[in-house]
Formats: sequence, C-alpha cells, structure tokens
Amino acid sequence: MMEFINFYLIPGLALGSVYALGAIGISMIFGILRFAHFAHGDVMTLGAYGTLTAVWVSGLHPLIALPVGMAFAVLAVLAVDKVFYKPLRDLPTIYTVIASFGVALIFRSLVQLIWGSSNEVFIRGVQKPIVLFDLIRVSVLHLESIAIIVLAAIALHFFLSRTKTGRSMRAVSDNPELARVAGLDTEKVVRATWIIGASLAAIAGVLSGLDTNIHPNLGWNLILPMFAAAILGGIGKPMGALLGGMVIALIEELSSYPWITDEPLINPGYKTATAFFIMVVLLIFRPQGLLKGRLF
Amino acid sequence: MDPVGLFFYLVAFLIFGGIYAILCLALNVQWGFGGLFNAGIAGFFAVGAYTSALLTAAPAQTHLGGYELPVPVGILAAAVTAGITGWAVAKICIRLKSDYLAMASIGIAEILRMIIVNEDWLTNGSLGITNIPRPFDGLVQGRAADIVFLAVVWAIVAIIYLICNRLYDSPWGRTLRAVRDNEDAARAVGKDVDAFRLQTFVIGSALMGVAGALSAHYFRFLSPEATEPLLITFLVWVMLMAGGSGNNKGAIVGALSVWAIWSMTEIFANRLPAELATRSSYIRMLLIGLLLQFVLQKYRSGLLPERSPGITFDEDKDKTHG
Repeated sequence: MMEFINFYLIPGLALGSVYALGAIGISMIFGILRFAHFAHGDVMTLGAYGTLTAVWVSGLHPLIALPVGMAFAVLAVLAVDKVFYKPLRDLPTIYTVIASFGVALIFRSLVQLIWGSSNEVFIRGVQKPIVLFDLIRVSVLHLESIAIIVLAAIALHFFLSRTKTGRSMRAVSDNPELARVAGLDTEKVVRATWIIGASLAAIAGVLSGLDTNIHPNLGWNLILPMFAAAILGGIGKPMGALLGGMVIALIEELSSYPWITDEPLINPGYKTATAFFIMVVLLIFRPQGLLKGRLF
Repeated sequence: MDPVGLFFYLVAFLIFGGIYAILCLALNVQWGFGGLFNAGIAGFFAVGAYTSALLTAAPAQTHLGGYELPVPVGILAAAVTAGITGWAVAKICIRLKSDYLAMASIGIAEILRMIIVNEDWLTNGSLGITNIPRPFDGLVQGRAADIVFLAVVWAIVAIIYLICNRLYDSPWGRTLRAVRDNEDAARAVGKDVDAFRLQTFVIGSALMGVAGALSAHYFRFLSPEATEPLLITFLVWVMLMAGGSGNNKGAIVGALSVWAIWSMTEIFANRLPAELATRSSYIRMLLIGLLLQFVLQKYRSGLLPERSPGITFDEDKDKTHG
C-alpha cells in the first residue's frame, strides 16, 4: 500500500500537474484559435531554459526565478503569433497547424543553438524526501507540483468565471460568431489566450525539468500525452484539460503497477503509449471528451 | 575534389533524392489530392523499412524473420504493411478535423518507434538489422552496385509518378479533389467522403512504406535511428510545400531542390570554424523551419502549382436535340 502511494500515486499526481498545465494551454488555443498547437511542448522547453538562465544568473530557487521563464515564453509566443500565425489566420486552420510544426522546430533549434544540446539540471545532487507520518515519503518537488496545480486550478476557475477577459474567452471558445456579434474584443482574447497558455506551459516546463532534467526535447516528448489530455477533457474546456491531464498521468503511472501479478501490468517502456491508446479510444468513441468540448 | 568522388557523391545524392521523391509523391496523394495532414510519415517509413528488412535479410538469432526472400517481395510486403497501418490510423479519425489526424499520425509514429526499440526479439532493438540485400546483389559489386541501385530507385520513382498521374486524372482523383475543396458539395452529390479519404491515406502510406524499404536496402543496415522523425517527416513536408502540393512534378522538383539545399548546407557547414560547425545541424534545422514559414506565407502553391486538367466537352454528347 505504501509502495503504491509513494512510488505510483504521488508521482502520478505530480506528473499530472505537468500534463494538466500544458493541456490547459493546448485546449484553450484549440478552442479559441481553432488549431492544434504543435509547438506547445517547445514553449514549455523555452520556459524551462529561461528559468534556468535566471537561476544561473541569480542563484535563486527555480520556482522563484519562474516568472523570468514565464515572461520569456510569453514574449516568444507573442512574437511567433505575430510573425508566423497571424498572416495565416484567414486561411484554413490546417496551414497554421503546419506553421506550428515549423515553429516547434525553430524553437528547438534556437534552444540548441543558444544553450547547447546537453542535459542540464536545476538543482545538483540527490534531494532527500520528506517523510510524513513515518510512512509516506514524498519528494519536495512532488509536493510543490501538486500544490501548484491546486493553486492553478483555483486561479483558473476564478479567472474564467469572475473576470471579464475570462468570460470573453469562454464566449469566443463556445461560439465565436455570436461573440463577435456581441462586440467582444477578439484580439484581446487571442492575446490573453497566448499569455495564459504560455505562462502555464512555462510552469509545466520548469516542473518537468525539476523532476528529471532539462534538455531541448523536454517539451516535444510530452506533446502526445498533453494532446490526449486536452481531448480527454474536451477541447475548449480548460478545467476539462486539467482533469484530463491528471487522469492521463495517473493511468500512465498506475499502469506499470503490479496490479494482478508480480510483474508490472504494462511494460514500463510503453508508458507513454498508454496516453496514445486513451486518445485513440476517445477519438473513436467520444471525441468531445469528458466535459463535452468543441468537436471539429 | 576529384571527379570520381564528385560523381559518386552525385550518385548518393540522387539515390536519396529519389527516395525523398517517392515520399513527396506519397504525401502529395494524401495532402495534395486529399487535403489530409499526415504528421507521422516517419512511422510508415519505418514500417515499410522493417518489413522489407525482416523478410529479405539473412537469418539471424537476434531477430525474427530473415527469410531471405527476394527484394521485390520485400518491397511489396512493405507497401502492404504500411498501407494496413495507414488504414488503421485513418479509420480512427477520418471523420474528424485534420488536426486530430495529425495527432494520431504522430502518435502512431511514436508508438511504432517504441515497439521497434523495445521488442528486440522482433527487430533486434537499437542494435539493428544487418545483412539486408540489394536487388541484383549477385550481379554487381562495389561502387557499380550503387549506380545499379540508383537506376532501380528512379525506375520505381517513374512507376509511382505514372501511378499518381493516373490517380489524379481519373474519376477517383476528381472526386477526391472535390472532397478536398468542398466536402459538403461532394457529400450532397452522394459521394462517400470517408471512404475516399481512407483510400487516399492508405495509398499514400503504402508508398511511404516503399520508400522506407528502399532506404533499408540501400544502407544494407537498419536501426531505429533511420526513422528519426525530424529528417523524414518534416523535410518531406517542406519539400512538398516548396515544390507544389497537388502537383506530381512539383513533388519531385520540391524533393530534389530542398534535398539539394540541405546537402549544400551540409557541405558549407563542414567548412565553418569549429564552434559553429558543431552547431551547424541546428542552424540548418532553423533555416529549414524558417523556409517552411516563408513558403507557407508567400508561395503556398509552391514552385509548380497545381494544374487541374482542363474540362473537355464531347461534341456528340452535347447534342441534346435532333
């Protein structure tokens, strides 16, 4: 039981935090801008590297230096939107998807040019876990991840239901024509989408980097489970994406637990395949996801 | 640079140019004709490569297969397995927007890589499969074999080009383009849109498998590295966009031109000072990414834009009276 909690459940929740933060951005962008943003993983990578540079320069803890990484990611994304995505906005959205593919490559190659392609770490050395009640051993990082996602969930819910921009975003996501008729400022909504999406992605990148290490493919490797999470939650429903991220991460981690016999249920080499299988099942049976998002 | 070396460099360049031309023609069927976004080209390439390799290689303890079947059998089998994989992927999300197909195709490419690496009883994992034969192995050896292989590759390119042209200028092709351009109208006329899309995807995937098989036979060795998504998937997309989607000649032209740019930059990068040279591959990636954006914004139809065959009226059928 303790092994279950310490080595499967809590890491699953912490991973869910990473997936959820990324998936929220993807779901929002998909819902409002109407395309699958393949560069989102690399936005995470940018956030991680931005924070890493801030840590190198200032010596602060990564979570304190986080706003630097967030700002870096946001600026990069706004620039890319202006130069690469905006000119294609009037075309069928598939062209923007192709462009986002290219942007992903551009981000990755810039990262490798500027920072090199070796693995970096935020904190050197082994971190001792915290022991609670003499039984539960959690790493500080996992606690931080879970705390962050809880805070993010509350903040997001607040933002979407109480603030004007949040409600405008939901309106544009649910029914763009009606939103335009009602006179909502779509450019502002688009900008808010990018800012929030990039900020959350940067946090996800830093958490992921703290968990393992920082390397140029950090975000690109996670893009599949994040897309699966966004679909699971329902496209255009950020809270759904959050839920989806937690579910996918838990299934991924718990799938290698020896449920029935002494062997892991699924070969750990195929862990990331579980997200893909979930996505396939969803696309066949329920593409609108749990919270009934937009179906294109 | 001595002329012989230059000549064989050109041979190698054209062999790979031919393989990329096949990939571009295949993608053109999926994207140019059908409007389907396949982001997992590397996956179908890998399926084809491994199928042909396993069937034609010498027997070995380390992996399954090794039946030493003739190369044409291997290539045909590669087309079949890649086509079946394409069918499975498309069947899942053919009814949904292209973005979902993109995700599913990337997913399948990743899963296939995982299977290739993990299931080493089947594929010898990261160590790869060796002793993959070439066609006409017994007849020519050494460098002359490369020239023979070049001829084989471009013969296959020619066959595929003719097939694709026939597909384009046929009732099937016209319906497909109608589906691509105005799906609702096509459906209103009673065309089974999903079936056409599925067929397109399968045909394209099968051709990608052929390209993979040829690559395996060329190197006589196959490992998971050969299916690296960046080089295959992304480069093919840039090639097709730049060459002209919807146009078969454009697909070939795009393949050769972008491959030429890629190879030229490789030559130049090796001449740069040391610190820049190690980073040269990233500079190239960056340039190719920027090239794609430029083409998307300014030259979306590519070097050779699509040319629909004209409409011809049959004189006799026009007479409705008398």
